[in-house]
Amino acid sequence: MKKISVVDVDRCVGCQLCVFACNRRFGEVGVSKSAIHVESVGGFERGFRVIVCRACTDPSCASVCPTNALKVRKGGGVILDPKKCIGCGNCVDACPIGAVRWDVETNKPIICVHCGICVEYCPHGVLALEEVMK
Amino acid sequence: MGFLPKGSDPIKRVLYVDLTHKKYWVEDRRDLFEKYIGGTGVAINLLFEEVPKNSDPLGPENAIIFAIGPFTATYPTGSKTVAMFKSPLTGNLGESHAGGRSAVAMRMAGYGAIVIKGKSDIPVWLSIQRDRVYFRDARAIWGMSSSLTVARIIRDNEPASGYRTIMRIGRAGERMVRYAGVITETYRHFGRLGLGAVFGSKKLKAVVISGERSIPVYNKQAYRKVYKEIFDAMVKSPLMKKYHDLGTPINVLRLDKIKALPTMNLKKTSFEYAKYLSGEYLAENFLGRRTSCTHCPVACIHLAALREPYEDEPYFYKTTFVGYDYEPIYSLGTMLGIKEPEGFLKLHDEVDRIGLDAMSAGVVLAWATEALERGIITTKETDGLELKWGDYETYIDALEKIVEQPNEFYSALARGVDYASKVYGGREFALSFGGNEMPGYHTGPAAHISFLIGSRHSHLDAAGYSLDQKTIGKELTPEEIVEKLVTEERWRQILSSLVVCFFARGVYKPDMVIRAFEALGVETTEDELKKLGKEIHLLKYKYKFQEGFDLDNIHIPKRIFETVSPHGLIKEETVVKALKVFKDKITQE
Repeated sequence: MKKISVVDVDRCVGCQLCVFACNRRFGEVGVSKSAIHVESVGGFERGFRVIVCRACTDPSCASVCPTNALKVRKGGGVILDPKKCIGCGNCVDACPIGAVRWDVETNKPIICVHCGICVEYCPHGVLALEEVMK
Repeated sequence: MGFLPKGSDPIKRVLYVDLTHKKYWVEDRRDLFEKYIGGTGVAINLLFEEVPKNSDPLGPENAIIFAIGPFTATYPTGSKTVAMFKSPLTGNLGESHAGGRSAVAMRMAGYGAIVIKGKSDIPVWLSIQRDRVYFRDARAIWGMSSSLTVARIIRDNEPASGYRTIMRIGRAGERMVRYAGVITETYRHFGRLGLGAVFGSKKLKAVVISGERSIPVYNKQAYRKVYKEIFDAMVKSPLMKKYHDLGTPINVLRLDKIKALPTMNLKKTSFEYAKYLSGEYLAENFLGRRTSCTHCPVACIHLAALREPYEDEPYFYKTTFVGYDYEPIYSLGTMLGIKEPEGFLKLHDEVDRIGLDAMSAGVVLAWATEALERGIITTKETDGLELKWGDYETYIDALEKIVEQPNEFYSALARGVDYASKVYGGREFALSFGGNEMPGYHTGPAAHISFLIGSRHSHLDAAGYSLDQKTIGKELTPEEIVEKLVTEERWRQILSSLVVCFFARGVYKPDMVIRAFEALGVETTEDELKKLGKEIHLLKYKYKFQEGFDLDNIHIPKRIFETVSPHGLIKEETVVKALKVFKDKITQE
């Protein structure tokens, strides 16, 4: 099992290519379906924060889901079963790092699947796709 | 259908904001985006529609037009916004481009263009959040000494961190210095031709644009494929690496070496202290961070960390970040004979705090220094300031006076070097082209011809400096120079209509543009693109002629013929002939 890891956030230049790469999984141009987000910490000179699921092995988001729509993924993180999701938004509130965003079109959370497309399009060595240690 | 992407792409939506009546509306302008792609092509048409002939650039009848295109956010380096307006500096076509988060924010807000017109009764900033526009009371931040503080306040008052742009002016814009710029994301600028003064004239302190969305693409598979191809070409390209490593300041030592680096108001073209202002020296000693415009892998933005001690307290320091590029190093460094990088960085920081165009500001100060040196003006005019080469502290004081305008001399300087030299003399060393202060290249005849005939009088119109450097040791005829410059400028109309960054022009060749369009469901050909590039160029010239641009009476500063270039002394007859060749060409077409 693999997971995305922010290996060196200080190398981030704020280009957001990772954000657009994630959104492109759906063949669409934009940011609102992306599971990874980048913003400055308050002015470009102070650097950036990269917000993405860190693949918790005991994820808060899953434990607050009232319908078991979020299943713990082998290797950490969660898998969304959209059929079960009622769109309550508990998962968004539960994640203290803000890694669960909301898809306003589907009215369901955007969940990182740790596919690594963002890593592929990060030219600056911020992100890596790592094998999860057993 | 034309150039409009197939499907539900919101690029065709134009947001109109009327500051006088505090109202806004959206129009479907597919007519423009089908025919002119976006960016420059659409903006010039909106300028014709919105700004009547002979409008006062600082009156409510002027309009601020921001335009992006179908490649914005869609492909890498689709990161630039085109601003168009009537320039208060030249009284003619004003066009300035900037990146930061501006272009992608507009795209995600769902607009292809934004037109801001009229004039507010009180200072406001606009907050454009997708389909809503808020008029915010800016009275409390009007007149604030630093544009950096203004940005901090707006940042805390607006949503959508990461997916917003904050374009703002400083005091120079409020006080309508004719070459005041608009700063976006602190380190990028709509610098040239006075957009900041137009903001100021409308009592518009800032424009915040934000939005998040996802736009379906016509052919998803083709899109992913061509995107990857463009991305790979960029990250492997040596040109892009050059801009990533040292940024545009890599040019300082290169131009110094070939004697093309304008120094001390172009009295010289090499500078004994160039090393200390070079990209290499700044990177090794000051570079604190590199950043990027949204959706650009290059990250050419270089921020210097300037650490300074406070004099009144031991072990107390402040660290200021200053974004540096080649052009400001030329205008605020070598042109003013600044020897220390710290001095250059302090001067640059001041220019950003008050919100001036770095290039025009430096050229204006360089002219004033030489005018004082020659006795054309005295310290009576300069309000006691002894301007001299290398004295950055006095230059900082002078910048403050250009904003405050305590006497007629500084009011004249606030109107640009062309105007000031008409009043005080020294026309022959006033480095202005079509009313716009000179960019940093004395590479040969093509650069200067390009400053004269380029539709914006900008070095980026057609890169004459590049043509000069490729032809060192050869002498092109005026006909050849004009032909090459016009061909290049016309292709660039396409690039700035898509809109992609000119730094990526090596990747966005016609074939690549055609395939990138294909994924969006747009079929086109190289001929069609080139024909449109020509049409947009001619439209821009139509506007210039309408507003009184006259190739027969364009002033050429004598200084450019007196100082040696890599092509030796530039011959006046070459430049004059080129103007004639160009005039014949453009009037026949």
